[in-house]
Amino acid sequence: MATLSVTRPKKSRTLTAVMALYLLYTLVPLAWLVINATKTQASLFSTSGLSFGGPFALFDNIAQTFTYNNGIFFRWLGNTLLYVVVGAGGATILATAAGYGLAKYRFPGRRAVFAVVLGAVAVPATALAVPTFLMFSKLGLTNTPLAIIIPSLISPFGLYLIWVYAADAIPDELLEAARIDGAGEFRIFLTVTLRQLVPGIVTVALFTVVQTWNNYFLPLIMLSEPKWYPLTVGLNQWSAQANGAGAQPIFNLVLTGSLLTIIPLVLAFLLMQRFWQSGLSAGSVKQ
Amino acid sequence: MSRIRSRAKAFAAVALAAAMAVGCSAGSSSGPAAATGTQDSVDAALKAGGSITYWSWTPSAKDQVAAFEKEYPNVKVNYVNAGTNKDEYTKLQNAIKAGSGAPDVAQIEYYALPQFALTDALVDLNSYGFGSFEKDYSASTWAQVKNGNGVYGLPQDSGPMALFYNKEVFDKNAIAVPKTWEEYVAAAKKLHAADPTKYITSDTGDPGFALSMIWQAGGHPFGVDGRNVKVNFADAGTKKWTAMWDQLIQGKLLAPVKEWSDDWFRALGDGTISSLVTGAWMPGNFISSVPGGSGKWAVAPMPTYDGQQAVTAENGGSTQSVLKQSTNPALAAAFVRWLNHAGGVQPFIKSGGFPSTTADLTSPAFVDEAAPYFGGQKINQVLTQASKDVAPGWTYLPYQTYANSVFSDTAGKAYLNGTGLDAGLAAWQQSIVDYGNQQGFTVSAG
Repeated sequence: MATLSVTRPKKSRTLTAVMALYLLYTLVPLAWLVINATKTQASLFSTSGLSFGGPFALFDNIAQTFTYNNGIFFRWLGNTLLYVVVGAGGATILATAAGYGLAKYRFPGRRAVFAVVLGAVAVPATALAVPTFLMFSKLGLTNTPLAIIIPSLISPFGLYLIWVYAADAIPDELLEAARIDGAGEFRIFLTVTLRQLVPGIVTVALFTVVQTWNNYFLPLIMLSEPKWYPLTVGLNQWSAQANGAGAQPIFNLVLTGSLLTIIPLVLAFLLMQRFWQSGLSAGSVKQ
Repeated sequence: MSRIRSRAKAFAAVALAAAMAVGCSAGSSSGPAAATGTQDSVDAALKAGGSITYWSWTPSAKDQVAAFEKEYPNVKVNYVNAGTNKDEYTKLQNAIKAGSGAPDVAQIEYYALPQFALTDALVDLNSYGFGSFEKDYSASTWAQVKNGNGVYGLPQDSGPMALFYNKEVFDKNAIAVPKTWEEYVAAAKKLHAADPTKYITSDTGDPGFALSMIWQAGGHPFGVDGRNVKVNFADAGTKKWTAMWDQLIQGKLLAPVKEWSDDWFRALGDGTISSLVTGAWMPGNFISSVPGGSGKWAVAPMPTYDGQQAVTAENGGSTQSVLKQSTNPALAAAFVRWLNHAGGVQPFIKSGGFPSTTADLTSPAFVDEAAPYFGGQKINQVLTQASKDVAPGWTYLPYQTYANSVFSDTAGKAYLNGTGLDAGLAAWQQSIVDYGNQQGFTVSAG
């Protein structure tokens, strides 16, 4: 696409300055996190936040993070992975199938579905948390992993994205050709459609993975046993230990834990951004 | 599955006791006089054994549960740290609304207790005869677990307030330990003028602290009579405090450090914050989290307005309560009794907690213990005296956790902009009145 542009865009100093500021704004907290994860609890209390100081304790902190409280961090990491793989993975599959179906098949009630999905995009998940809790409580599902996984399976935004993407990315002629060749609808979906949809699917996967990985309020409300906590709620519990009577602050472990928590997300972004970029530009060029 | 079945079995085993308890508590709500059962059903439940779930975030909970299970091997306590204060209350509230999922026993702070007692979520422990324990607790903590004629928990820790100060910083700047708030404000000015990096204390707007200070000043902002609530942040006591504290806020004499953050612990250690007016549970935190301050800090009585009569207030503190949802309330009550009236008290004190049991508050071993961190000072002499000087007659709102959650949006502005606490408290009052009326209380201002 870059080759299509004829004139080179003019450089703008203001824009560069704004972007530099934005970069700083984004990176300083990250730098702060990395720097402070290398400190012991004692040197956290005695050195300035944005400079290295005291003994280099990163590896010691990592070891402590994994062993503190009988290695509960491992358990939380495992829980988070479970919620992400089943929840976000399931959400991606469901959104893909439903989005494709809505884009390419005509059936009664399609408009109603469209309205419901658009409406669902607009409702913040936080507002649904307590009603969902009451419902799940009636079903006896609170305080189980299912209470986190089932709501995560629904991604109206993902569905909408795939819908719009599939409408553009998959020519109806292609489907008709496949039908003439005698392929069933399910086979068409698996062999023809899925491949076309990969950029869209990856985008949706990335969104749902980030959303599930960072999900905080729903698990906070649904779960009361620390053994089912995801990392977000667990780390907050560690952080809350610093409050009030008999406080036991473990800021060094909270920081190291937070650093470890964002690494998989950073990796996911780095690995998937190639697909993501092509996904974002879909539909911008007439085929 | 098996746990449910064993619970059911345990329930059946004490069905008689439980039935008795239910009968008694039903009686207590109809008659004006406090119903008093006996502790026999509790003893029977202990003997029968069974399992209960206990929610708490107190650091000593784990040790306490282990000690309890050792003493009563046929009782299994499923200890769960379901989150700290607000998080736990949110979960409790949800479970109560849903009708299932609440634990048998939960730690609840005094300020939040009326909210759960009033919504009929807690067992009145009078039905097991726990009302007779009144004499065993300091008057101020017993008043906190009582609601109407009901007793909704046994007090665990208490937080009578005192002045913790950094002796080294005070001496270096020739500041005498303030006995009155006037002297305290003067000390704040003198200290910050002499050394601009040092502050007398920090306060970024903590509802619990503000209410404790109003309490000490003789304010009574909340009046509660059943579902009728009165809110008034313009009484003489409240004004006394705001006039004094405004001088610190508007003079920029408070360290801009958020409480309980890493910065805060750092500031306590290096003298940036040179005094704290807080609950008697603070020493344990100094010892474990402010190693840099060792040997420098000391404890004095809380300053007063007239400098004559010692008067203080409670800050913080928790109780353990039995939830009505419990399938084995007698056993749950037995656990609470052990926790705060028997074997559980010592492990709690050992972990740095400040007791509310008079036996411990007056035992020479506790009172005369020299604290090495505080330069050998017998700090408990000051702190136990403070527990006797708590001003009586304080009431919290029946929806205090909500009120506290909107403190920073309303009164908090006074701290940020220096616009005056009276205006800030008026805004808080407005949102408290509005919310209460929406929730079906009859709330009036003034």
